[in-house]
This record gives sequence, structure tokens and C-alpha cells, in this order.
Amino acid sequence: MAILEVNGLKVYFHTRNGVVKAVDDVSFSVDRGETLAIVGESGSGKSVTCYSLLNLLPKPPARIEGGTALFDGKDLLTCSAAEMRKHRCDDIAVIFQDPMTSLNPFLTIGEQLIEPLIYHPDRSQIQTRVEAKRTAVALLDEVGIIDSQARFDCYPHEFSGGMRQRVMIAMALITDPKLLICDEPTTALDVTIQAQILLLIKKLQETRNVAVIFISHDLGVVAGIADKVLVMCDGTIRETGDTDDIFYRTQNDYTKKLLAAIPEGAKTLPNRAKSDETLIEVTHLKTYFRNQLNTNKSKENRFVKAVDDVSMEIARGEILGLVGESGSGKSTLGRSILQLAPTTEGSVKFSGQTLTGLTAKQLVPWRRKMQMIFQDPYASLNPRMTVFETLSEPLLYHGLATKKNIANQVRQLMDDVGLSQAQLRKYPHEFSGGQRQRIAIGRAIATKPEFIIADEPVSALDVTIQAQILDLILELVERHNLTMMFISHDLSVVRYISDRVVIMNRGVIVEQGNTETLWAAPKEGYTKELLAAIPLADPAAERKRIANI
Amino acid sequence: MADAIEEHGTSLWKDAWIKLSKNRLALFGLAVLIMLILTSLLTPLIAPYGYETQDLDMGATAPSLQHWLGTDIFGRDMLTRIMYGGRVSLMVGFIATAVALVIGISWGAIAGFFGGRLDAIMMRIVDVLYALPFMIFIILLMVVFGRNILLLFLAIGAVEWLTMARIVRSQVMALRNQEFVEAANSLGLSEWTIIRRHIIPNTLGPVIVYTTLTIPSVMLLEAFLSFLGLGIQPPESSWGLLINYGVETMEEFPWLLIFPGIALSLTLFALNFLGDGLRDALDPRTSKD
Repeated sequence: MAILEVNGLKVYFHTRNGVVKAVDDVSFSVDRGETLAIVGESGSGKSVTCYSLLNLLPKPPARIEGGTALFDGKDLLTCSAAEMRKHRCDDIAVIFQDPMTSLNPFLTIGEQLIEPLIYHPDRSQIQTRVEAKRTAVALLDEVGIIDSQARFDCYPHEFSGGMRQRVMIAMALITDPKLLICDEPTTALDVTIQAQILLLIKKLQETRNVAVIFISHDLGVVAGIADKVLVMCDGTIRETGDTDDIFYRTQNDYTKKLLAAIPEGAKTLPNRAKSDETLIEVTHLKTYFRNQLNTNKSKENRFVKAVDDVSMEIARGEILGLVGESGSGKSTLGRSILQLAPTTEGSVKFSGQTLTGLTAKQLVPWRRKMQMIFQDPYASLNPRMTVFETLSEPLLYHGLATKKNIANQVRQLMDDVGLSQAQLRKYPHEFSGGQRQRIAIGRAIATKPEFIIADEPVSALDVTIQAQILDLILELVERHNLTMMFISHDLSVVRYISDRVVIMNRGVIVEQGNTETLWAAPKEGYTKELLAAIPLADPAAERKRIANI
Repeated sequence: MADAIEEHGTSLWKDAWIKLSKNRLALFGLAVLIMLILTSLLTPLIAPYGYETQDLDMGATAPSLQHWLGTDIFGRDMLTRIMYGGRVSLMVGFIATAVALVIGISWGAIAGFFGGRLDAIMMRIVDVLYALPFMIFIILLMVVFGRNILLLFLAIGAVEWLTMARIVRSQVMALRNQEFVEAANSLGLSEWTIIRRHIIPNTLGPVIVYTTLTIPSVMLLEAFLSFLGLGIQPPESSWGLLINYGVETMEEFPWLLIFPGIALSLTLFALNFLGDGLRDALDPRTSKD
């Protein structure tokens, strides 16, 4: 018998602008020891579905309009608050997306781990601190925290992101739940860490025989670990079935679209670089930051070496992919090339002109030729400026347009990035993430630059939107003869878009080369590790890969 | 072509005006304020009596047809005195707050945007001024420069900007690292342009709220100073002064307290409605309807 059986679940949000059907008639079931993946883009209702089971939704505006959710035969949707508390404590656990914000920074992780044991709603089950600590330490060992006895008394900020997610998993498992809900547990993590966490969840599920609901926007992540997949869009189920059926015998058009949007496979185009002309030349570049955390004034730790002696060249016309995990210094390198971060040593040349050491005023004409596209389309647009103002600012400031012809030029830009001209008067909050990124791209190409640095331009976007933006970028690069440095942590995206790849780790360049050469024959150990960690959207290959680790 | 012109016209301020004009409560506040300001400006022409004209036979009479709001203990017409008092109170309120706004926003924005040593120095100056006993500061000013109404405005404004500077600075520091500011930087915009176009408009919400709180507190401060003999002196009047005297005779002659009180409260209500409306209107995220 299935441990959880959801039938005809309907959750509506009653907002001022009318009713939003967040979840509309969704049914599924999970067995013990089985993994169900719920896949969908943002706004598809995948998280709302799971949160409504635990009564974690804000009510109002949310209201459950119908359906049942039988857990071990009892309906979760109609049970009393006390019963729900017991379910949450004993039976169902959740792992949240962001390990940075889901732990209380003021309590040691040990204290947070043992909370459900020492404050259990059922008095007879309350454990003493000593007992609880023994359980917790054993569990920390199980999830792979080294030196767990000592780490028990550490605070969350003393752990890395991956380690925190391990602690979160331990927290979820401490009451020995029957059902584990993982809400995008690896989305905020680096690719090598993601691989480790996925493996851990898979392993724990097998040893403990729990049912897992794994929510994700990424079909690639799901391929290796899910038994069943449920594809959601706009609150409804689009397709559901065994993992192999979904991937190999896809029925639904939306699922096909999702699968097609995953950037995969080799780049077929020849290198775009049209000549041997070097546009950007970086020599022995170092960017150090003063170390704020360093208290003991020792000489070596006085600086954080974000970029440490990097030399590279970018040829005119090519797209260079810069890959690295968080903290590798890839963003700082990008900002240092654009002279947005103060460099410590070394030089950056643009078309033969040395940029390092120029004053802000001397840089202005060069700024026009180098632009940047930022990661977060929600933060990179001034919320109090209309699209028209945002796009006209660079044109007017650099004297590329007059007050008379500005309207036409801005419209041309809107056309270029695929936005309707009717939307010129709107403010950023009225657009979706993908549209905002189009506006940001429009601002970057407004000054007719020769060189653009795109810093993770698609990592905040849904996978189908991501594909559209990547194609837009490729199209604009062709049409405007741009040279681009494309910074990303996502190797599949980089492989799809770039001619040449530079791999960075801890502030230095590990390896560089033509994309396909590097993919086929990585030389350095770190590169091999990175490439091996990429989840594949192919269940059979993915299972084989996991089995090999 | 018509919509091209419209596109030009779209800016935060134009949109804000459109939204404000749909907010009835804010419009009511604005109308009341305009009425009060007009009355104050025209007072010398329309006041029924002179502000120091005494009618000793009519000492402290209740409201009547002859004196609509009654008279005070010296037989001076209350309506006239409230009208003249409004001139002083509104002027103190608006000028001192304007002084505080200008200094506070520029100081806070510069300190917050540039950070580092400049920020440290500028904020220590603020701390030192905070620590100075305000009364001693004003008394010193009065002693050195003589009692002067303009000096009073400046003195109050010079104290009120400190809090404004701190509020703006903390806002700016949060905004400074936002990607849209970095984007403006990479466009080569000058620091001044970035502060003016990208930073200050995004600090307006808290600034407006604080401003609507500052104006009444400045009016009361003036009353307090006048009460101590450092501000306005009778026979001239201000609302604060009238209220102070009204309190003394509250039991026998309640109208001496009630009417200036109503005038002050009306202003505060109007300011609050207008302030709330402005804050919403200047935030594009609130809907246009």
C-alpha cells in the first residue's frame, strides 16, 4: 500500500486580482522506499503541492479547495493542528532549498538537531539531552560530517554550503520519518557538491527505506535518482509515469519541450573567432581583497586572493566560457577585466590599450565598448525606472542618441531583444524573470559595445526560458559582431554556448582549451572531477554514472 | 506620434502624480495643506483684527458672532491669532524640515555611497552633533547672533538632519552593492549621476515617512523654544505658543486650547495622508489603479 496517496488536490490562492489556481486536481502516490520526482518550472505549483500536505502554506491567501491526502490511511488535509504537529515531528520531514537560510544562525547545529527529540509533542517520547546527543552524533556520522562529536557544538556559519545541507538532511532524518520531502535540495549548491548530496540522499533512502518526494526544476538532476516522475505546469499534471517512460517514451508536448531545453551535446559550429586579433589581454592579473575575518594579523591571511596571477587572452569574435564553482574568483576576474573591481597587480589590455591604472574619467570612453550582463534580473534593474528610462540612459549619457531620435533607438533595442514596444512604459516588477533579463541585455548592447561579459546570465531562470535567452545571446553575438566572456557554474550551458573554455579554481586558471577538445580529453584532475559531476538527462547513463562513484 | 510624446513623459514623478491624483485621501490632505498655506500667506489681508489689537472689555470671551473663535485673556481675537500663528508654525515646519531634508539626504547619500574613511569621518561628525546638548546649542546660537526667527529655522533644521542622514546612509549602503548600481557603473555613469538617478529615488520611501514625522515634531519644538523664551515672543503668536498658553487656562477658557489644537491636528492629519499617498505613489510596485 502506498504510504502517501494524494487525490484530486486543489489549492487556490485568493488574491486581490482574482483566484489563482496554484494546484488544480493533482493526484499521485508514493510507496515506501520509492522516489517520486515532481518536476516543473517556477510557478508550476510543485512546491505548493508539497507544502499543502504539511499545512505550511500561508492561509489566507491559500485555500485548499478539494481533494484528499491519505498518509497511512489518515487524511492530512483535514487533521487537527495537534495531529499535524505530530505528523511533522514523527512522520514527514522536509529539506529546504537554501541551506544558508534554513538554519538558525544563533543556535549550534547540535541544538537544532536535537530540538524535535527533547521537545517532542508526545511527552512519553521526550528524550534526555544525553540520549538525544548520542542519536544526533550518530546521524551526523551517517550523513558524512567528519569529526561529528566536535562539530555538534559548532554554529551554522562555521559550515560550508554542502556541509549545511548535510546537516539539514540529518535534521530531517532525526525522527526517523517515513516520508522525506526534498524541495530543490541541490539547487543552491555547486555541481560537485550537488553530486555528493544526491548520492547521499539516494543512499540514505535505500538504507532507511523511506519514501522520498524530490521537487526539482531540473530534469537532469532527477534522472538518476527518481523511480517515478510527475511533470507539472501551471498547477496541473502534464505527464506522470516511470522515469524511463518519461525520458525515453515522452508523450506530452510540455515534457518534450522541457527535455529539449536542456543544453546538451557537442557544439557543432566552428570557432567564431574571425581573425587572430586579440581583443582582451590579461597578464599576471591579481585582485586581492582585505580579509575582514582575519583577526590574528598574520601576513599570509591578510588578503583574500580572489584572482591570483591570471593570464589569458580573448580573440575578437569568440565566446569564451569561464567555468568555476562558487568562490573560484570567476566573477571577480570578470569585474577586474571591466575595471569594476580594483585590481592589485598585473594589467588588462583592451584592443592594445592598457586599462589598468586609468582614472574613472579616462575609462568612460572605454566603458562604452565593454558591457556586462548580470546574474539576477531582479536586482540588476533599477525598480524605479521604466524600461524606457533604463534603455535610454546609456544612449543619452554617451551621446549616441539625441532627445529627438531616442524613442526610435529604444524601440529598435526592444525589437533586438524580442520585447514588445508596448511595454516601454512599464516598470521592472511588471515583467517575468526572462523578460527582465532581456531588458538587461538590451541595456548592455545599447552602447554598441565590442565586448560583453555575461555573469551567470541564465542561472536564475527556468530551463525553457534559459534556452530562449541563450539563443538570444548567440543571435546578438552574431548580428553585432560581439566578443563575449560567458561566466557560469553550469558546464552544460558553457559547452552549448562557448568556443573556448577557461576553468578556474581558487583564483587560478586550472585548464583552458577549445570546448570540444577539453570535453573529450580533460587533462587536469579538477576538470575531470567537474565533468564527471554533471548530471545527465538520461536515466540509464545517469544510473551507471552514480553506480561508478 | 502621440504615444512617442507619452513615452518621453513617463518618469517616476509623472507616474507618481497620476497615482496620487487617484488617491482621494492624499488629495484631501494636499487640498487642506494648500488651503492652510494660502490662508497664512494672505493673513495680513484677510485677518479680521490685528494680532496685537486688544479689546480689554472683551477679555476671554467665548466664541461669538463678533469673535468667531473667542478672545484670549487680553481680549485679542483668537481667529486672528491662530491665523498669524499658522504663518510662523507652517514656516518653521516646512523650512526647518526642508533644511533637514537637503542636508540629511546629501550627507547620508555621500557617506553611504563612498564609504570607507570618508564615511567614518562624516558619521563621526554626526555622532558628535548628536551628543551636543541641543538646548545649549540653540541658546548659544541665540546669544551669539541675537534672537532671530530665521536663525531659529536654521537651528532646528541643523539638528533634525542628523537622523535623516543616518536613515539615508543605511539605505544607500544597502543599495550601493545592488547589481543595478554596478550596471550603471559599468555604463560609465559618473558617481554624481548614479547617486542622483539610481540611489536617491530608491531611498524615498523611508525618507517621506520620516519627513511627515519631522514636520510636526519641528512645530512642537518651536513651541517649546518659544515657551522657554528663545523663539517667538508675545504679542506675536505661533500655534505651539497658543497651545502652551491655552493649557494654562484650560479649565476656565477651554476655547483657548481647543482651536489652536484643532489647527495643529488638522495639519498633522493632512500631512500624514499626503505622506502615505506620496510614498505609495513613488513606489512603482504598488498598482496604478
